[in-house]
Amino acid sequence: MPPPPPWRRPLLEIRDLRTYYPIRRGVFARTVGAVRAVDGVNLTLQAGETVGIVGESGCGKTTLARTILRLERPHTGQILVDGVDIATLRGAALKAYRRKVQVVFQDPFASLNPRHTVLDLVTEGMLAHGLATPANRRGQAVRLLEDVGLGADLLDRYPHAFSGGQRQRIAIARALSLGPQLLICDEAVSALDLSVQAQILNLLADLRERRGLAYLFITHDMAVVQHIADRIVVMQQGRVVEEGPTEELLAQLRHPYTRELLAAVPLPPVRSADSIDTRHAVCTEGAQGG
Amino acid sequence: MSSPLLAIRDLHVRFDTEAGSVHAVDGVSLELHRGEVLGLVGESGCGKSALAMSVPRLLPMPPARIEAGGIMLDGRRLDTLAPEALQGLRGRRIGVIFQEQQTALSPLHRVGDQIAEAIRLHRRLPRAELRRQVEEWLGRVGIPEPAARARSWPHELSGGMQQRIMIAMALVHDPDLVIADEPTTALDVTTQAQVLALMRSLHRRQSGLLLITHDMGVIWEMATRVAVMYAGQIVETAPCKQLFGQPRHPYTRALLAALPSAATRGKRLQAIPGQVPSPLDWPGGCRFRGRCAYAQPRCAESDPGLLPCGDAHACRCFLVHDAPEGGATVSDASGSSAALPQPTKCGDKV
Repeated sequence: MPPPPPWRRPLLEIRDLRTYYPIRRGVFARTVGAVRAVDGVNLTLQAGETVGIVGESGCGKTTLARTILRLERPHTGQILVDGVDIATLRGAALKAYRRKVQVVFQDPFASLNPRHTVLDLVTEGMLAHGLATPANRRGQAVRLLEDVGLGADLLDRYPHAFSGGQRQRIAIARALSLGPQLLICDEAVSALDLSVQAQILNLLADLRERRGLAYLFITHDMAVVQHIADRIVVMQQGRVVEEGPTEELLAQLRHPYTRELLAAVPLPPVRSADSIDTRHAVCTEGAQGG
Repeated sequence: MSSPLLAIRDLHVRFDTEAGSVHAVDGVSLELHRGEVLGLVGESGCGKSALAMSVPRLLPMPPARIEAGGIMLDGRRLDTLAPEALQGLRGRRIGVIFQEQQTALSPLHRVGDQIAEAIRLHRRLPRAELRRQVEEWLGRVGIPEPAARARSWPHELSGGMQQRIMIAMALVHDPDLVIADEPTTALDVTTQAQVLALMRSLHRRQSGLLLITHDMGVIWEMATRVAVMYAGQIVETAPCKQLFGQPRHPYTRALLAALPSAATRGKRLQAIPGQVPSPLDWPGGCRFRGRCAYAQPRCAESDPGLLPCGDAHACRCFLVHDAPEGGATVSDASGSSAALPQPTKCGDKV
C-alpha cells in the first residue's frame, strides 16, 4: 500500500490527553489526590507510519497505550481515530473501533490464554466480529499463521508448548486477525532473546510493508526504537519532552533528557557494511553460487 | 603469567528434572585473573547462570548436581569443599550481586540491618563500629543521606538504590571474586548506566569480576574479556575489543549482526533462523550447526572443541580451526573460494 498523500487527516490524533489514577487513603478509600500518569499529551500518527514512544518506567507510555485502547478512562482530552473521538464510543461503534486498533503486549507468557488452542486464540476475535464462521475459521487461521511465519501444524496445540518468539508470533497473528490499521506494540520485543527479537522485528517490518500497518511502538530500548521508528516521541513524567523524525531527533537531541537517555545506552560498536562477511550477506539474500 | 584467581576445569552441571536430565553446563573450562572483568554472555538457557552460580554453590542441589570437573579459587578446590568451609568463603572471598534486587533483599528488614548482617557474618564488631561501617558503605555506593537511609525498608527505595544496597552487601568484606548475575537487567537505562559506573569504580585491581549478562551493550561497557556461551558450552572467548572487532564463531557473528541500531534503519536485521536446541537432548556434533549458514557434514560428526585461533582468542568451530589466523579470510576481496565452503542454508523461517 503506498503512503497516503500528506493532506489526508492523520489516522490517530491525540489532543491534550490526561489520564489520572486516583490515590485513595483511609478506611473509606477517599480520593486524596491523583497520579498524573499521562499529563497533557499531544500526538499524531499517519497511516502506515511507525511512531516510537520511549521513556523510562513511570513516564506514562504504557498508560498512554492503554488509554488509546480504552483499557483506561481518560480524565480529559481527545483521542481521534480517523477523525472520530473514540473516548466516548459505545456499542457497535466501539466494536468497529476495536477492529481498527489492536495490540501486542510484552509478556508472551501472560498474554495468551493457556486453556485455548492456537486456533481458538487467533479466531476468537474474528468469530466475535462476524468475520469468520465456525466452518471457515480454520482456513483463515492457517493463512494468518502463514503470514507470521508459523506452520498450520500448530493450530491444535496449546501455548505452553511454544517458545517466547513463537508465542509473540501467535499474539501478532491474533492482533492481525481483525485487519487493523494500527498496531500498538507495548514492549513487544523486550522479553525476547536477541536473536528472536531480530526475527520478530523483521516480521513486523514485513507486515508493515505488506499490509500498510501503522505502529505505535512503545519501548525503553533506544537501539530498537532507532531501528524501527519513523518518528520518536520521548516521554517523561506523563509529558512529551521531545519528538520528531528519527534521524533529525538523533542528530539534534534538543532536550537534555533525550541526551541523557541516549548517553546512558551502552551501544556496542556497529560494524560497517563492508566489514561484514559477504557470504553472510549472501545468506540473507538467497542461495547463490560461488 | 600469574595463576588465575578462578579456574574452572571441564565443569559438568546437570539438573535432574521430571522431564529428564538437563546437561546445563557441558564441559566448560575458563579462567579469571585478578583485575579482569570476564563477561559471560549468551541467550536464555545457554547455561551462564548455572555456570556462575555453581562457583559459590548457590544452585539448589538437588535438582542440580556437579557431575564432573573442578572449580578452583586461588588454586583451592571449591566444588569438593565441605558446606561449612564454603560458607566461610561466601561473602568473605566470594561476593555475589543478584539479578532481582527486589526479591533478593528481605522485605522484613531495614536495609542498614541487612548490610550489618552481611558484615557480622564474618566479623565481630561493637555496635557503634558496625553502624559506622554500614553508613560508610552506603556512602560508598552513592546513597545520599546514609544515616537516614540505613533505616529505610527495601520497598521504600527505587530499583537503582536497591541494587546499590545489593552491591554494598556483596562487597563489605572486599572479596577477591565478585559474581554479578544480570545486575542491571531489571533497571531503567539511565539507572543502569549509574550502577555500571559504580561497579566499575569499586572494582579493585586485586579482585576479579565475573559478569553474567545477555546484553551485548553491557559487555562492551564493562568487560575486559568475553566468553560467549551457547547450549551449555563456551563457543568463543576473546578480549572484549577483539570480540566485537573480529568475531570468529558464526554464532557470535550472527548475534552481533542481529543487534538493532540507527545503522540498521530500513534494513532487515540478520536474524538467526531456527531456535536453540532442547537442553533435554543436545544434538551430536556442533550444537549450532542446525542454524549455521556454513554448516558442513563434519559438523554433525563431532564437536569441534574450543581451540585457540589467535592472540588470547579461542573458538569452537571447524571453519575457524581451518584458518586460525584468518580474521577476514572469509570475505576475501578477490572472491577466491578455493578453501571456502558454500553457505548451505538461508532464510529466517521459524
